Formats: sequence, structure tokens, C-alpha cells
Amino acid sequence: MEAAVDIVLLSFLCVTVIVIVYIRKLFCAIMLLGIFSLLSASLFITMDAVDVAFTEAAVGTGISSILLLSALSLTHTRERRPSHQPYLALLVVAVTGAVLVYGTMDLPPFGDPDSAIHRHMAVRFIVDSPQEVGPPNVVTSVLASYRGYDTLGEATVIFTAGIALVGLLGFSRRKEFKVRLGGVLPDTTPVAVQVLDASNAPSTDHLVLRIVGKMFIPLIMLFALYVQFHGDYGPGGGFQAGVIFASAIMLYAMIFNVEKAMLVVTPTALRLLAVLGLMLYGGVGVLCMFLGGNFLDYNVLAHEPLHGQHLGIFLIELGVGITVFAIMVTMFYALGNRKGGSA
Amino acid sequence: MSWVGHYNYWVAIFLMMSGFYVVISRGNLIKKLIGLNVFSTSVFLLYISMGKVNGGTAPIYCEHIHPGQLFSNPVPHVLILTAIVVGVATTAVGLALTVRINERYGTIEEDEIRAKDDSL
Repeated sequence: MEAAVDIVLLSFLCVTVIVIVYIRKLFCAIMLLGIFSLLSASLFITMDAVDVAFTEAAVGTGISSILLLSALSLTHTRERRPSHQPYLALLVVAVTGAVLVYGTMDLPPFGDPDSAIHRHMAVRFIVDSPQEVGPPNVVTSVLASYRGYDTLGEATVIFTAGIALVGLLGFSRRKEFKVRLGGVLPDTTPVAVQVLDASNAPSTDHLVLRIVGKMFIPLIMLFALYVQFHGDYGPGGGFQAGVIFASAIMLYAMIFNVEKAMLVVTPTALRLLAVLGLMLYGGVGVLCMFLGGNFLDYNVLAHEPLHGQHLGIFLIELGVGITVFAIMVTMFYALGNRKGGSA
Repeated sequence: MSWVGHYNYWVAIFLMMSGFYVVISRGNLIKKLIGLNVFSTSVFLLYISMGKVNGGTAPIYCEHIHPGQLFSNPVPHVLILTAIVVGVATTAVGLALTVRINERYGTIEEDEIRAKDDSL
């Protein structure tokens, strides 16, 4: 049964990807990419990777599609026909693929419990983590405690990407933004009025969207908090929670206005939050050193090692959640608030 | 059921190569980023396939777990979990660059950008 589900999902993935390769409308390609992500998330569930599926569904289907679409609205929606036939590319891809398929011949069969990757650290993580770290979710234990350095590195990468995005795009329309909100800028030119009308038009049209959105946004936020604080016991954690919380703000920004969302969650607050999250993570590590342990060795945080671990994981997951949330929303603002190009 | 496993890997390779093909053969920068996303998602698929254990379950302890229950390998899950979020961050940076290129050149097609560069 599991194999059948597996094969059906894999076939769907193949069909989706073939259409992505052929289609020239970029909008369709982005939507298909969302479907591709959702299908792979389903596949991850059949392969027991619930945390990964959760993240893929939230990030791949939600955030990446939104970011791609916002970038698309600033550029051109159609791909030009290539000037030459890409035979060389086809050849390169075919040869690489053949070599990789040849490489799989040496791989152990799918699901073999005796294969090499299940032998060494995985056994230690699965068998000892309830006594050493505590959380019933082994993925959380490994993510936050055993591989805490790595996760700190990843949070830093996300932070850096956020900085890069702000550096590249910035928030250059602050002046116009004040005009739109009916601010008291001295020279209220007709151009500004026109912008005001244009920006209000789409948001007032969608009554159903607005009401349903208002109903959903608090629930999405509540769910994000649940995912954040229940991550030790079930699938979830800082990464997923941050992304889901960010998607609530993005939904608000899309239904109403990016400008209105910027009043609720200001870009400055987001920058502070991003730094705060990362400093919370790093700070826990440094605190562990001050208390006599190694960097990110949570055992010393409380009298009992397990309590220390619990506290440490709680804090760093919170740090990750805050940083991811802040950076995702910052990215959306940076792309969504830019003046349209030659679309 | 060993052929299913290799089927899994092969499909992952097929998807990976399709993404790779889009990246190297298409001139449109957004399409390239879409291809890159397909590529990375298929790498995730390959990793997760390797972590699966037959008869295993999600690596979460709860009261329904009986002693001797097999778990799937949590290590690839952790690696991929963080890789997904980093992937979206890199996509966003790529998109920001694309938007800037479009503002500067008025196009996101590689050939046209190169032509404009050459004409300078």
C-alpha cells in the first residue's frame, strides 16, 4: 500500500516537473512549483519525515510561491522563446543523470534497516536522546541540542540573506508611503492621489477575501504558536512556526495593503526582532559557557541536566522562530513594496 | 520490494536533472530560479528516501510506541529541515538580484542582458 502511494506521488511529481520545463508562462510555472512542493511534502510524510513535510508545505508551497509571485509582478510574466535549441544542455543533463543512476547501483535498497547510514549516530540519537536530551521528538533533540551549532549556522544564513535582500532592495518608497496613508506631506500632487486610488482599488473589491481573511489570520497565528511550543512533543519547531507566523502577516498584507501591514509590523521592529532572535540563540550558547559548560551545552542551565536541556531547547527554538519570522516578513516587504518595473 | 527503492532514487535523479536542465538551458532568470527550486527539492527527496526504514515510523516517542519499534533515521530529517529554510532564503536573494537586474536592464532574459552589456 505504501509503495503504491509512493509510486503515484512520484509519477505526479514527474508530470509536474515536465510541465514546468515546457511551459512558458512563468505564472503557471510558479503555481506548478507550489504543487510540486506540496506533492513532495506528501511524499515526505509517507517516508516518516513529518517535520520535513511540515516545513516543505509551509515554505515551499507558501512562502516561496509568494516571493516568486511578488518578484514576477515586478518583472515580465512570459518567458521568451530561446534563440537556439539547447542540445548541449540536454547532452550534459543526460550524461550527468546516467552517471548518477549508475551511482545508485551501489546504494543499499530502499528502507533497508541495516544500511550504513542507520548504523552509527542515528542509533545513538534514537536510543539515548530521551535520557540525554529529553524531548520525545528526536528530530527536535538532534536539531536543537546535538547539532545546535549547525542550526545556529543556518539561522545566521537566513539572517544574512535577509540583510542581503534589504541591502539590494531596501525600502525606498517611504515618502510615497506617507502620502498614501493620507499623511500631511506639503506637496500633495495629483500623481500621489492617483497612486492612492490605485492602491486602494484592489483591496476594497474583495469583500469575501477580507472577511474570510480576518477570520483566518488569528487562527493561523494561534497555530503558529502551538507549533512553536509543541515542537518538542510533536512535529514542529522554530523554523515551521516562524514561517507560519510570517504567512499570517503576509496574508494580511496581501488582502489589505503592504502599507497597512507595515503599520502593524513595522520594518524597524522586524529588524530588531531578527537580531533579537539570533542574539537569543547565541546568548544561550554564551550563557552556557559562563555557567561552566561548553558553548550550547544546555546541561548547565539548570540544576538537573534534563531541565537545562529543556530550557535551552525552548529558548533557542524561540530564537530561531523569531528570526525566521522576522526575516521572512522582511523579505516579503522588500519584494512586495517595490515599485513595479516594466511588467 | 527493493526495486521500489531504486525507483525512488531514480525519480529523484530524474527530477534533479530536469531542474538542472531548466537552470542551464533557459535564459529567463526567474525560470532558472524555479529550476533551482526543483533541483533542491529533489535533493531533499533523495535524502529523505535514504532515511526511510521499512516498518519504521516517524522518530517521535509517544505512549503508543511499543518497545522495539523501529524509527526512521532522524539525521537526514534534521539536515533537510534546515536546508529547506535556507533554500527559500537563497531563492529570495536570487529574486532580489533579478528584480534589480530588471530595473537596470529592463529585461530578465540572459541573451538580452548580455547584448546590452556588449553594446556598452
